[in-house]
Amino acid sequence: MLNIQNLHVKLADEDKQILKGLSLQIAAGSVHAIMGPNGSGKSTLSYVLAGREGYEVTEGSATLEGEDLLAMEPEERAAHGLFLAFQYPVEIPGVGNMTFLRTALNAQKKARGEAEVSSGDFLKLVRAKAKDLKIDAEMLKRPVNVGFSGGEKKRNEILQMAMLEPRMCILDETDSGLDVDAMKLVSDGVNALRDAGRSFLVITHYQRLLDHIRPDVVHIMAAGRIVRTGGPELALEVEHNGYADILAEVAAEAQAGAQA
Amino acid sequence: MSARAQRQAARLAATAGRLATLTLPAQPLWAAGARAAALQRLGAMGLPEKRDEYWRYTDPERLTAPETRPAEVFRITDERPMYEGIDRLRLVFVDGVFDPAQSDPVEGQGIEITRLAASGEIHWARDLYGTLEAAGQQPVARPLAALNSALATDGALIRVTGVVQRPVSLIYRRASGTADVSLHHVLRLEPGADLTLLENGPVGARSSIVIEADLAEGAVLHHVRTMGRDHQRKAITHLFARLGARARLKSFTMSMNGRLVRNEAMIWLAGEGGSAHLAGAALGDGVFHHDDTVFITHEAPRCESRQVFKKVLRDGAVGVFQGKILVHREAQLTDGYQISQSLLLDENSQFLAKPELEIYADDVKCSHGSTSGEIDPTQMFYLRARGIPEDEAKRLLVLAFLAEALAEIERADIAEDMHLRLRRWLDKRR
Repeated sequence: MLNIQNLHVKLADEDKQILKGLSLQIAAGSVHAIMGPNGSGKSTLSYVLAGREGYEVTEGSATLEGEDLLAMEPEERAAHGLFLAFQYPVEIPGVGNMTFLRTALNAQKKARGEAEVSSGDFLKLVRAKAKDLKIDAEMLKRPVNVGFSGGEKKRNEILQMAMLEPRMCILDETDSGLDVDAMKLVSDGVNALRDAGRSFLVITHYQRLLDHIRPDVVHIMAAGRIVRTGGPELALEVEHNGYADILAEVAAEAQAGAQA
Repeated sequence: MSARAQRQAARLAATAGRLATLTLPAQPLWAAGARAAALQRLGAMGLPEKRDEYWRYTDPERLTAPETRPAEVFRITDERPMYEGIDRLRLVFVDGVFDPAQSDPVEGQGIEITRLAASGEIHWARDLYGTLEAAGQQPVARPLAALNSALATDGALIRVTGVVQRPVSLIYRRASGTADVSLHHVLRLEPGADLTLLENGPVGARSSIVIEADLAEGAVLHHVRTMGRDHQRKAITHLFARLGARARLKSFTMSMNGRLVRNEAMIWLAGEGGSAHLAGAALGDGVFHHDDTVFITHEAPRCESRQVFKKVLRDGAVGVFQGKILVHREAQLTDGYQISQSLLLDENSQFLAKPELEIYADDVKCSHGSTSGEIDPTQMFYLRARGIPEDEAKRLLVLAFLAEALAEIERADIAEDMHLRLRRWLDKRR
């Protein structure tokens, strides 16, 4: 599904390298988690994949189902099935949530050469999906994310994901700012979307979220690269011992490698 | 003689020279006194100059010059018809003259309409014509409004005594390229009366329109003005409105294109519990210069006023906003709000704002703000990341920027018409 090879990324207007040779392959239907300390480049990875301005890819590649993601505009990436659930969902005063959802859905369908959804069908669809996420009619009517609590914003991200039915979902610290109940609601929403044809990349600081969204593979990221890959037990290790142990091990290995 | 006094003497001499060449219209007979008085007012204050405090951002020269350059004739087919499907009473003015043949028969319950030209010797508007304009010369002179009172050739005199469902639609047409048009409308809304007034269409090559509106206790006036597709527009408008107790005024203007537009509003909240909302959405590119100058006076307690002005500018366009809220000592519990914002679509465009508050009452709530910015890149990315193409995302964000002003249009069918027009304007400028 997603294939990232030796990705190097720097800030566009600053001489600061953030990703330093990151490689990652996610198979269709699997759920990968990326954990790592602050400043390791987790959010940069999600933004670069979604096509945000301000970053420059200096080396490496990223493909989605074999197609070059990095050559596409953000809207093309979305139409090809990439979805980023934002860590900080953006407020857009003056644009109604429903208008936003419908415009996005139909724009993607149009880009893929599919028929647009009628307003009647759209309404039925959005009401059903909103109900599962406990998003009421009032929230749907309001401007995008304006006046939403932290939890409501995250639920709104998952609603968008459910409506747009992407193939590759990236969740950037979706658990931040969520209480236990909201975390459960959001996780249930994500789990309901798990499917043999859909992959997830879950970026998080904490193991907590991974109790709800069980990953197949866990990666530890540090200083712009993936330094450890393992099963769900790796997340538990981080939970118990923090990152310090793993990072120390990685440093020792690197030193040993350099000496050999 | 001081330099200032010398300048004023020169201004008055120039104005007197101009006024000597003017001939006042003979009709209507009842307005002869008001016209002469307006001319005298104008003679005493002189025509506006760029150095005047409220003309610093907008050079009045093209509005005051004796002659104006002819404009292209505007065919009806040059602009998509407005308000199709909205039942309304159409009053058509061609080159500043009422045309009964193109207008609907003037009839209706609770409404009485006559034209300014040819309204006999005695008329209810006699007590009103020129009086609000005259009152509006203080504390800031509005010489072009006085010029209009003196010279206006025609206009609608509308007296409303009840709730009128069918909007009165003033439609302007330009048949000749040389017309310098002055129209003067007078509205008298009796207690509890309710009227929606629409204005649209290109007026003259250069035009001046004055509306004097007197709203009695509990009266409601909803005014929607569209300055649509007229690339050569040079226009000045004045809205003078006096509101009695619990009267409500909503006035919204949408302007697209045009070379020079100045829309002035002078509102008095004279009775307790009145409410006045003034709003504007202006979009322009290139030589577009658009000026909103608003003055709201709170004279009575517990009144509410709201000014919402939004401008979308690109390719060298200039937007001006001058807005003032004046709260008299008696006007306790005033609720005043003013916001003026511009969205600059490129670096060549310019927005000049002069917000003012002058408050003499101690228990009031007044806020004002003015911002100038570009499209928020974070919002843009969020929309695009959801699959919305750049053009469409930009259009959504521009419409979102204008939303607060558009929300001041009360009728859904009229608002929908505005939205369509805005969308078309944006589609043409991708």
